[in-house]
Amino acid sequence: MSAKAEIEIIERYCKGCAICAEFCPTKVLEMDAFVVKVANADACIACNQCELRCPDFAIKVHKL
Amino acid sequence: MAYDYEKSIRPGKLPHIWCPGCGHGIVMKGLIRAMDTCGLEKNNTAIVSGIGCASRLPGYMDFCTLHTAHGRAAAFATGVKMAKPEMNVIVCGGDGDGTAIGGNHFIHACRRNIDMTYVLLNNHIYGMTGGQFSPCTPTGAKASTTPYGNPDPIFDISKLAIGAGATFVARTTAFHATQIDKLIAEGIKHKGMSVIEVVDDCPTTYGRRNKFRSVVDMMKVLKDTAVPVAAASKMTAEQLEGKILTGVLYQEDKPEYCAQYKQVIARAQG
Ligand SMILES: Cc1ncc(C[n+]2csc(CCOP(=O)(O)OP(=O)(O)O)c2C)c(N)n1
Ligand code: SF4
Ligand code: SF4
Ligand code: SF4
Ligand SMILES: [Mg+2]
Repeated sequence: MSAKAEIEIIERYCKGCAICAEFCPTKVLEMDAFVVKVANADACIACNQCELRCPDFAIKVHKL
Repeated sequence: MAYDYEKSIRPGKLPHIWCPGCGHGIVMKGLIRAMDTCGLEKNNTAIVSGIGCASRLPGYMDFCTLHTAHGRAAAFATGVKMAKPEMNVIVCGGDGDGTAIGGNHFIHACRRNIDMTYVLLNNHIYGMTGGQFSPCTPTGAKASTTPYGNPDPIFDISKLAIGAGATFVARTTAFHATQIDKLIAEGIKHKGMSVIEVVDDCPTTYGRRNKFRSVVDMMKVLKDTAVPVAAASKMTAEQLEGKILTGVLYQEDKPEYCAQYKQVIARAQG
């Protein structure tokens, strides 16, 4: 599988709430202490749910 | 290219002040998308609020903004709209601001059917001041002022708005992010008083006291309790127990206040 989007995380804004990681349908994201990281980039289906629900403007979905 | 939210935000204002997982940020993003959909511009749009965590929202927005006194947002917004009917007027605020101290202003803005869009962020609590109960705190829930459980029944904000005369009333939750901008955009396009209630979460003062283990738990409850109005019509009262209806709950065309007032001016001038 190849990634349908590139995920950008703005660490300075991320407050580690885990909403994005929990509701990502293909488990692309994982929590790493108090910020989120991309753990499984290839699985991204570019559904945009992580970006829509991030309260902190900290995650951007760049469609490929 | 990812969605450009930051063009709508005052430079240097992020990260915002809201706690980790606070739903207010999700609502602000939905509002930005709705304003983009409707083509609202910085100089023809006023965003007005009272006091509270939710009411800090306009401070981030790079538009004409007015951060007023607790509960008075609807009154100030009415003044803006009356003075400049060509402005798009949006009100943002919490359940405490809009239904407790500001309940009176809220119902009368609804009654007048003045053309504004009121986005009410209902997190069931006074978040900013440490978690006192609001008129929207569920019966039985714990707040700093109801440590043994809240005995009061709640205000159903949407029903209150419909009863008071608002002509577009809708509800969604912070979990249902795409519905936030769709409903707010419909509200902006509607001529008259629109109320969009977004049920969101305050993990810091409500979640912890009420035994939610995490922000994610609170989001799951929003996900599971929401029932779209169309689906609800096929469900029994028993199945609907504890659920909240989402979508457009009420819509009607009625004379708008500024237009009516213009006629008063014309009559007075003979
Ligand atoms: C006249 C007045 N009374 C009380 C307060 C204290 N106060 C500030 S915010 C607030 C409640 C805000 O609750 P809500 O509108 O639900 O916003 P939230 O913080 O939950 O987003 C109160 C009681 C105040 N600022 N001014
Ligand atoms: S865009 Fe969808 S699939 Fe990709 S990381 Fe975000 S939630 Fe997961
Ligand atoms: S939703 Fe946003 S703030 Fe929360 S963990 Fe993900 S990127 Fe960070
Ligand atoms: S106290 Fe509650 S409402 Fe206020 S910013 Fe924190 S989570 Fe949000
Ligand atoms: Mg509140």
